[in-house]
Amino acid sequence: MTEGSKVNENIKNLSMQVNLDDFIPATAEEKEYMVQMRPSTTAFKDGIRRLRKNKVAMVSFYIIVIITLAAIFVPMFWPYKYEMMLGMQPGKPVDATFNNLKPFEYSTTEQALRDQGQSVFPHIFGTDSAGRDYFIRVVYGTRISLAVGFFASIIVLVIGLLVGSVSGYAGGKVDMVIMRIVDIIYSLPDMLMVILLASVLKMTLASKLEGTPLAKIGSNIISLFIIFALLYWVSMARLVRGQILSLREQEYVLAAQAAGAKGSWVIRKHLLPNCVSVIVISTALQIPSAIFTESYLSFLGLGVNAPMPSLGSLASDALNGLSSYPYRLVIPAIVISLIVLSLNLFGDGLRDAFDPKLNG
Amino acid sequence: MNPKTLKYILKRIVLAIFTIWVVITLTFFIMHAVPGGPFVGEKAVTPQVQKAMEAKYGLDKPLFQQYLTYLTDVCRLRFGPSLKQRGRMVIDIIGDGLKTSAKLGVIAAAIATVLGVILGSFAALRRNTVLDRVIMVITTAFVSMPSFIMGSLLLVAFAVRSHIFPANGSTPAGLVLPVITLMLYPMSYITRLTRSSMLDVLGQDYIRTAKAKGVSRTNIIFKHALKNALIPVITYLGPELAYITTGSLVVEQIFAVPGIGRAFVNSITNRDYTLIMGTTIVLATFIVIMNLVSDIMYKVVDPRINLE
Repeated sequence: MTEGSKVNENIKNLSMQVNLDDFIPATAEEKEYMVQMRPSTTAFKDGIRRLRKNKVAMVSFYIIVIITLAAIFVPMFWPYKYEMMLGMQPGKPVDATFNNLKPFEYSTTEQALRDQGQSVFPHIFGTDSAGRDYFIRVVYGTRISLAVGFFASIIVLVIGLLVGSVSGYAGGKVDMVIMRIVDIIYSLPDMLMVILLASVLKMTLASKLEGTPLAKIGSNIISLFIIFALLYWVSMARLVRGQILSLREQEYVLAAQAAGAKGSWVIRKHLLPNCVSVIVISTALQIPSAIFTESYLSFLGLGVNAPMPSLGSLASDALNGLSSYPYRLVIPAIVISLIVLSLNLFGDGLRDAFDPKLNG
Repeated sequence: MNPKTLKYILKRIVLAIFTIWVVITLTFFIMHAVPGGPFVGEKAVTPQVQKAMEAKYGLDKPLFQQYLTYLTDVCRLRFGPSLKQRGRMVIDIIGDGLKTSAKLGVIAAAIATVLGVILGSFAALRRNTVLDRVIMVITTAFVSMPSFIMGSLLLVAFAVRSHIFPANGSTPAGLVLPVITLMLYPMSYITRLTRSSMLDVLGQDYIRTAKAKGVSRTNIIFKHALKNALIPVITYLGPELAYITTGSLVVEQIFAVPGIGRAFVNSITNRDYTLIMGTTIVLATFIVIMNLVSDIMYKVVDPRINLE
């Protein structure tokens, strides 16, 4: 049979298959099938809906929001400053009664003012051994810890994303060299290296930073960021590379390409949406681990520079007066555990909501 | 052993040796990046004395030659004398500290693993009961608490307030609190790990087959389920020991335990460079080897695992 006659045969078959019943107007009952049960959603909206149903994750989320807002706004209107030693007023002798106040206690000068009928703002958590209001130090310490956690995670994200995507796209020798480097950094004992780097950077950076705007942040926080940039990007790079390698081979990418989709369309509509959730979740889970590391270093005296407080350094300072003022340790301990716990639970909730593949 | 497993083990050993070399090299060059060298901060010394000291420790030679000397010394476990503790060798300080730290670490790791497996299995077998919920809530809380905070809180509660245990960790009774501090995190982690892998195993077909055959419940749990559920726990043994090692740095500091961790932290505050380098290398080597062993064990124990 020749090619032409085959086509003719097909056309004949087609004409015979037309069923006239198909052209009768639909009945009311048939129209029912076409009614949308639920408006169509995007993957993002669907994830949000699943997240909202997860009570543990939502409670954690509200706790994080409240703590973050408090850490940002409370220092703005609070009458005391975190570095203000209340007993040391310019032009007056040092008033030691401000030091080591118990919660809601007043110094002799403040008590005198109160006796005259003036109102004095209470020291909710008392004051520390240098006469600084402890409540504002805890709030400010929370601010520092959160900021360090956030920016460290951003650094990890940017470096990991860059190296991972280069490695994934380039492939071949470049990929192999990068992945061997990643393997080695990955198997380095991170905490030991962090302590080593922090102790050395602390000494070298301080003199170099003097006079630059960075000096305000403090050499120790900068060295903490450098450490994260050097050591912690590896798992993010591995993750991004793995994502790119596996997504490139997916059938729907092939299908899109076969349908004539351009490269930019494939990246925007197929690769990014599938990649983003995994990367965002792993960044979210990086924040508590960064806060953990910062508090650990602060505890060893390698964290933030005095008089700036962080939750770890507050806990560390509290060890000196432990028998008389145990609440000075308990308060930052509770705050730090609460932050890490809520961030972890919220991160888990995010993963459950946005990455159904992981749930099996 | 099949050649694929052997190839994997060889590859991992090469990577581990390479990692240890990187640690030694990094430690050496990081320490040499410190401005002024190791004798800054000593009492005022004349330039001649400074020269003599540098010559004594070989610091006047070119950097690369110093590095090579250091590398051969490290391989022979010669870390030189401590710069701050007069007349003591670094290797002796490390050796003394290791005795206490090893005792602390081994006890903590053993209790954490055993308790974790028991609690995890119980939670899985009594799934969705009150017992399961309580275990999960407690372990979630422990996983979120840094070891130094846990240690400080225990110190307040049991040593400062109620004097049940001594606050000083140099006596056997004083080791109780440090052990508890160190074991809580790995115990909670192992509990969660065992629970989820146990649940996974209990849903497998061969458990149903065993039940159908009339195997007793005890036999099913111990011979069929637990054996398989413990495989993921093996992978965690390396990280567990690494956690306990680094955790002991602060825990020994809090409870004044005379171990290697406290020596390390003190050496950082004292800027005792040879001691910092020695301790870092010893601890890092230990962690790398532990990770290597637990990874290899994991692959050897379970033939189902794909080595690629």
